[in-house]
Amino acid sequence: MTRRQRADRFAGLAFVAPAALALASLAVYPGLWVLWLSLQQRVPIFGIARFVGVDHFAFLATDPRFWNAARVTLVFTGVSVALELVLGVAVALALQRQRAGRRLALSLLLLAWALPSVVTAKLFEWLYHPSAGLVNLLLGRDLNWLGDPALALPGLILADVWRTMPFVALLCYARLLTIAPEVYEAARVDGAGHLATLTSITLPLLRPILLVALLFRTLDALRAFDLMYVLTGGGPAGTTETLTVYAYRSLFQTLQLGFGSAIGVVIFVLVMAVAAGYLRGLRREGLAA
Amino acid sequence: MRTRLRAWDVAVLLVLAAWATPFFWQVRTSFTPDSELLATSRVLPARPTLIHYQAVVERSVMPRALGNSLGVATLTTLLALAVGLPAAYGIARLPVPGKRLLLLAVIASTAFPQITTVSPLYLLMRALGLRDTWTALVLANTSFALPLLIWLLAGFIRDIPVELEEAAFLDGAGRLGALRRVVLPIVAPGVASAALLTFLASWNEFLFAYTFTATEASRTVPVALALFPGVFEVPWGDIAAASILASLPPIVIVVGLQRWLVRGLVAGALKE
Repeated sequence: MTRRQRADRFAGLAFVAPAALALASLAVYPGLWVLWLSLQQRVPIFGIARFVGVDHFAFLATDPRFWNAARVTLVFTGVSVALELVLGVAVALALQRQRAGRRLALSLLLLAWALPSVVTAKLFEWLYHPSAGLVNLLLGRDLNWLGDPALALPGLILADVWRTMPFVALLCYARLLTIAPEVYEAARVDGAGHLATLTSITLPLLRPILLVALLFRTLDALRAFDLMYVLTGGGPAGTTETLTVYAYRSLFQTLQLGFGSAIGVVIFVLVMAVAAGYLRGLRREGLAA
Repeated sequence: MRTRLRAWDVAVLLVLAAWATPFFWQVRTSFTPDSELLATSRVLPARPTLIHYQAVVERSVMPRALGNSLGVATLTTLLALAVGLPAAYGIARLPVPGKRLLLLAVIASTAFPQITTVSPLYLLMRALGLRDTWTALVLANTSFALPLLIWLLAGFIRDIPVELEEAAFLDGAGRLGALRRVVLPIVAPGVASAALLTFLASWNEFLFAYTFTATEASRTVPVALALFPGVFEVPWGDIAAASILASLPPIVIVVGLQRWLVRGLVAGALKE
C-alpha cells in the first residue's frame, strides 16, 4: 500500500463516517427499534409497556379495519399510479412537440408537484365545497364530494393525480428530449405514420424510464399520508383510511405505540416487497445491475 | 408549418394552465371578500381585497410558522450538504471499506416509509428532550434527505473525469485541495440541484413536523396550515391566503430556479 492509498483509505472513512453515523442513528436504529416496539403493548399515558410477541400481527390478521385500510391503500395506489402514468406520458408527448414557451409550460406543469401536499389538500377541500366549490359549479351539481362514501376516494385520487402526474411527465419528457431526431427521420423515410412511430419507436424507448417512474410512484403512493390525512382524515366511514392513516391514528390519537408500530412494520414490509418485485422485474429486462 | 407549431404551443400551454387551475383558483379565493366567497358567479372577484392576507399576517401563527419553516429548511439543507457531500465524494472516488453495504443502506433508506420510523423517532426525540424544537425537525429531515442527496451527488461526481483530480495531485494538491479546487467548482450546479430538492422536501414535510412539534415555537407551515383555526365557520379566504404564502418558496423554485430543479429530478431517476 502506498502512502497515497493509505491516506485515501483514511480519508474515505473520515468522509463517509458522518453520513454513515447519521443514517445508522436516524434510520437503521429506529428501523430496528420499531420492530421491537411492534412486539410490545405500549400505552405511555397509562405507563403500560410489556412484551406481547406477535399478538398485534395476529390481531391485524382478523381486523376488518386493517383489511379495509389495506384495500383502500391498494385501490388508491393502483388507480392513482395508472392515471398518472397514462396522463404523464400524454403530457410528455405533447411537450415533445412544443417549440416556444417551454419554460412557461414546465412552470405550469411542475407547480402542482412542488406545492406542499397540505396545500394541495386545502386547495381541493375548497374545490370540493358542496355549495361554493369550483367542481360543483362547473358540473352544475351539488355533490358532497368529501362527505359521500362513494365519492371521497375518487376525490382523493384526483387530488393525488393532480399533484404527482407532473413528476411522471417530466421524467418521460426528459427521456424524449434525448431521442436523436435522426431516429424519427429514419422512421419517416421508411414511411412510418404517426401511430407506427409512436408504438414502435417512442413508447419502447420510454419503457425503461416508465418503469422507474412506476417504481417511484408506487412506493410513494403506498407511503402517502399527508394528503388523505388533511383532506379527508380517512373519512367518511373509513372509505379513505389508508394503512398510513390507520397507523398514525393508532400511534398518536389512541396512543397505542406498540400496535401502531406493528401497522408501520406491515407498511414497511409491503413497500420493500413491492420494491424487490420491481427490481427483479427490471433485472430480468436487463435494466438494472 | 410555422403557424401550426405555434397553435400547438398555445394549445399545450392552455392545457397546462388548466391543469394549474386549482392553484389559480386558490389565488383568486385569497383576494375575494367573504361576502362573495359562497356565491361565485364571476371568474374574478368584483371587489378584490387584501383583507385575508392582513388577517393571516396580523392575527395568525403563519408568520411564525413561515420563520420556522425557513429556518428548519435552511438548516436541514446546510447540514445535509455538510454531511452528504463528503460522503458522496468518498463513495464516488475513495476506497471506503464496506462501501457496498453503505450503498445498499443508502438505497434501502430511500424506500423507508416515514410512518414506520415516526414512532421510534418520536420516542428518541422525547428522550433527548428535543420535542417542539427546530433541532428535532432538522435531524429527522436531514436523515430523510441524505440518501437521495448522496445518491445524486455521487452520480454527479462520477461524471467528472478522474484525470482532472490527478492533474491537481501532480501539482502537489492533497485530497482536500483537489476536492475544493477541482471537484467543487465542477459539481456546483449539481450541488445546487441537490440543495434545492432537499430544501423543498423539508419545506413541504408534514408528518414529522406534525408529530414532533407541540406549539408555535417550532410548528412549520404545513402544520400551521393543517391546524388552521376556524371559530364558527371555516375561514376559506384566510386559508387561501395562508396557502398562497406557504406556496411562495416552491413557486420561486419552480419558476426561477427551474433549470436546477429539473436537473436534480431527472438525474435522480435516470441514474438509478
